[in-house]
Amino acid sequence: MKEGRIIKVSGPLVVADKMEGAKMYDVVRVGIPRLIGEIIELRADHASIQVYEETTGIGPGEPVFLTDEPLCVELGPGLIGSIYDGIQRPLDILREKTGDYIVRGVEADALNRKKKWEFKSKAKKNEKIGQGDILGEVQETSVVTHRVLLPPGIEGVVEEISDGKFSVDDVIAKVRLKNGGRENITMVQRWPVRKDRPCKEKISPVVPLVTGQRVIDTFFPVTKGGVACIPGPFGSGKTVVLHEIAKWADADIIVYVGCGERGNEMTDVLIEFPKLCDPRTGKSLMERSILIANTSNMPVAAREASVYTGITLAEYYRDMGYDVALMADSTSRWAEALREISGRLEEMPGEEGYPAYLGMRVAQFYERAGRVVTLGKLQNPSNDGKTGSLSVVGAVSPPGGDLSDAVVQATLRVVKVFWSLEDKLAYKRHFPAINWLSSYSLYLDNIKDFLKTEIGEDFLELRNMAMKILQEEDKLLEIARLVGIESLSIENRLTLEIARSLREDFLHQNAFDPIDVHSSLLKQYKMLKLIINFYHDSLEKLKAGGALDEILTSPIRDKLRKSKFLSENEI
Amino acid sequence: MLKEYLTVSSIAGPLVLVKNIEEVKYGELAEIESITGEIRRGRVLEVSSDVALVQLFEESRGLDIFKSKVRFLGKGIELGVSPDMLGRIFDGLGKPIDASPRPISEKYIDVNGSPINPFARDYPDEFIQTGISAIDGMNPIVRGQKLPIFSGTGLPHNRLAAQIARQSRVLPGTTPKGGGVQEKFGVVFGAMGITFEEASFFISQFRETGAIERAVLFINLADDPAIERIATPRLALTTAEYFAFEKNMHILVILTDMTNYAEALREVSAARKEIPGRRGYPGYLYTDLATMYERAGRIKGKTGSITQIPVLTMPEDDKTHPIPDLTGYITEGQIILSRELQRRGIYPPIDVMPSLSRLKDKGIGPDKTREDHADLLNQLFACYARGREAKELAVILGEESLSEMDKVYLKFSDSFEEKFIQQAEFEKRDVLETLDLGWKLLSAFPASELSRVHEEYIQKYLKK
Repeated sequence: MKEGRIIKVSGPLVVADKMEGAKMYDVVRVGIPRLIGEIIELRADHASIQVYEETTGIGPGEPVFLTDEPLCVELGPGLIGSIYDGIQRPLDILREKTGDYIVRGVEADALNRKKKWEFKSKAKKNEKIGQGDILGEVQETSVVTHRVLLPPGIEGVVEEISDGKFSVDDVIAKVRLKNGGRENITMVQRWPVRKDRPCKEKISPVVPLVTGQRVIDTFFPVTKGGVACIPGPFGSGKTVVLHEIAKWADADIIVYVGCGERGNEMTDVLIEFPKLCDPRTGKSLMERSILIANTSNMPVAAREASVYTGITLAEYYRDMGYDVALMADSTSRWAEALREISGRLEEMPGEEGYPAYLGMRVAQFYERAGRVVTLGKLQNPSNDGKTGSLSVVGAVSPPGGDLSDAVVQATLRVVKVFWSLEDKLAYKRHFPAINWLSSYSLYLDNIKDFLKTEIGEDFLELRNMAMKILQEEDKLLEIARLVGIESLSIENRLTLEIARSLREDFLHQNAFDPIDVHSSLLKQYKMLKLIINFYHDSLEKLKAGGALDEILTSPIRDKLRKSKFLSENEI
Repeated sequence: MLKEYLTVSSIAGPLVLVKNIEEVKYGELAEIESITGEIRRGRVLEVSSDVALVQLFEESRGLDIFKSKVRFLGKGIELGVSPDMLGRIFDGLGKPIDASPRPISEKYIDVNGSPINPFARDYPDEFIQTGISAIDGMNPIVRGQKLPIFSGTGLPHNRLAAQIARQSRVLPGTTPKGGGVQEKFGVVFGAMGITFEEASFFISQFRETGAIERAVLFINLADDPAIERIATPRLALTTAEYFAFEKNMHILVILTDMTNYAEALREVSAARKEIPGRRGYPGYLYTDLATMYERAGRIKGKTGSITQIPVLTMPEDDKTHPIPDLTGYITEGQIILSRELQRRGIYPPIDVMPSLSRLKDKGIGPDKTREDHADLLNQLFACYARGREAKELAVILGEESLSEMDKVYLKFSDSFEEKFIQQAEFEKRDVLETLDLGWKLLSAFPASELSRVHEEYIQKYLKK
């Protein structure tokens, strides 16, 4: 193995010389403890390396070993249910090895090497097979069937394939290549995290990702394969919203990346997910989730890598034809890691000290989401057999909640859904604290047909009507503030009351109530219809000379108030 | 024998540059001996082939370029810990200042600590009763939480912190995680740049209540070198970890004032001519603060815990200033003090609306406090928020123009502040007392207004 020599150490940045032959973004092992690092700058034979572990105790003169390979993740059965750090080291195994604290220089396999998986072949001997085609299946967890695919770049004829119990390193098939060579296929493959996995083509998303959160699904929906961002000041509930989506979204696989956030929050996920039941499968949520935890006190450079690690794992399942949803909490911490490394490289800063390439990196990351036609010929009964999707929801934590922040702006340029969290709503304990006036979703058109055929012909009309009432409320409140509420007409006062009902009975959702915690689309539709119908009825009664107070005390209002605590059939 | 270097090439602020060095490691501890034989300590901040940049933890006054001797000690900064530290007072660098000899150390621990593996963490869910309604009722703390007090100059954050330290306990009748063994409590107090009077207030508080017997104090005063403050909170937390996870104690860490700490960090960053982030604070302030705040928590299989209450004064009461802002993004909520309540003579002047405890949900409810706690606090929040809105409206339009219901809300918000939030500095309110008080205040409303509470609790607790 080739090696260089350290000439400078400054926090997570190490400079080494004698690095001829090193390539950009190659992984190197730094110093005597062989810390993991990545080359981020080359000048003649000097390489600047960002190190993914604490560099205390490393000094000039120590060796740097070249691996001649970019930062990769291991892909194969056993990912689901795992908790990894930013560079895919399993935290549970690390704890077994080194105790309660994270110690550096420890290596651990991302996938369990000893575990035997029951492999059922799908491809036949002598069958012609191409990249992304299915070789066989492994029941990874009780809800996830892991499809073992031929890795990208390989094409040929199946020469040998067998059923049985295999570990991930065992050869399950042999493929004769076009050029006459032979490739041994195992269930594990490596993929560089900074490179997106290939697909046949990207197509536009048309099915909503149902999150169970009314303000999202009804008012600002995201699609399967869509991208959304959720900026907000601290205490506005970003993490709670992401947790709720991770719990209740109707995706097949969830990848949750805790990037530079609180340790206890990851613990919360770890303790809660196995206990919670997926309403669709009845099985524990952990059976479909992968967690990546690089908390705020863990090394900064690994934080930078964690979002890429996460999205590569997500793409891998997308390629199997699954609907995958990735939550990144928070992309601001990722951007700050970029800034810190950039500062140590003494690069010329752009806005707020962030590197000039921030916008490009943000865009590259979000563009890896989407609905795709997968490479191979897949038989997935749950859709038309060829598509998979990857939805990305990113939290952004702007300083002081200021939306002019560079990371927020760079994100808004690429995402299609903007959920604007407001601390004022959070102070009133109105959760999810998503402001209904400033948020938007550009997917309403995409999912129009789906809503019409699957849920209700008039869903969108109801939604638009409700939106109009809420906007009207804002104007009316402004007037009331100036001239007093008595000066409003009786119809206007009705509008205010209906808007209040929309806010309190529909938009407000209690994440700690067992029933209210998630609403099916049908329930949302029914609830909305109830409120809007009440509005129309009341309006007619008013016109016929009814008294407002009488209308407002009608028993139907009580029903509205209680509807959130009822299941969809009871409404 | 350690090598001694006489090759200091520059001294600027807290930074010393040493040339012609060999075998120096990043993060290593360095000792610099002045001509008079005084020894200062520092840490290697950057090292290249033959130059090391050392950041002093003490003042550079009296150091010279030609005669100062530098030794690199081949280890990080360590703190000697022992059970005898309880009841003792140290300066910001860990030297005793209470006229007793230095305790004999049981072991030495690196003060920077290591990150706790998220997989090894245990979720904090044991309710701590502080006896303060604004906290217990509205923003309850649990063991292992980090909950800062955001204050401003001239607000009684020290009195509040002392009251919390004095009154905190776990509810009797609940089974603690340790299985009910004799629980041991302790307080570790880290003071950065506070005045002599503030420090003596805390010391006398601890002495009077006898709490000093189970407290360790690290005190860096306002006139001590600012640069020492970078080490002080780390010493405090290392001590806390030792007592919590090796001696199975429940440790409450109070760090005051984090603003002074961040300013010391800014000083070092400026001396290094680093590209500044917001308001001149270094871009890594978030990471740096996180390496301290994240040292709170619980570990699976260990009985002890570390609960952190950092105190910081917000410059100009501005919550969006980088120090409170970044702190709020790391900690599990915040308690914000309000100047307006303080002016109206309300103690503790806790502004409950923007205050938040993120971990409360698993710390309250049946078996912990009472079944109705979550609903009740949501309802109180909603009513108080509407009452405050009504109040603002009344200021513009006059109270007469409010609707009848808004007037009820307005009255509620006043009595909420005067009866619920306000209490005496030495008053210990039981949490059940706090909850009953909340229901009593809510009885001003018709039941139909209480939409955040489940029907059954209204039946059970709302008294007319």
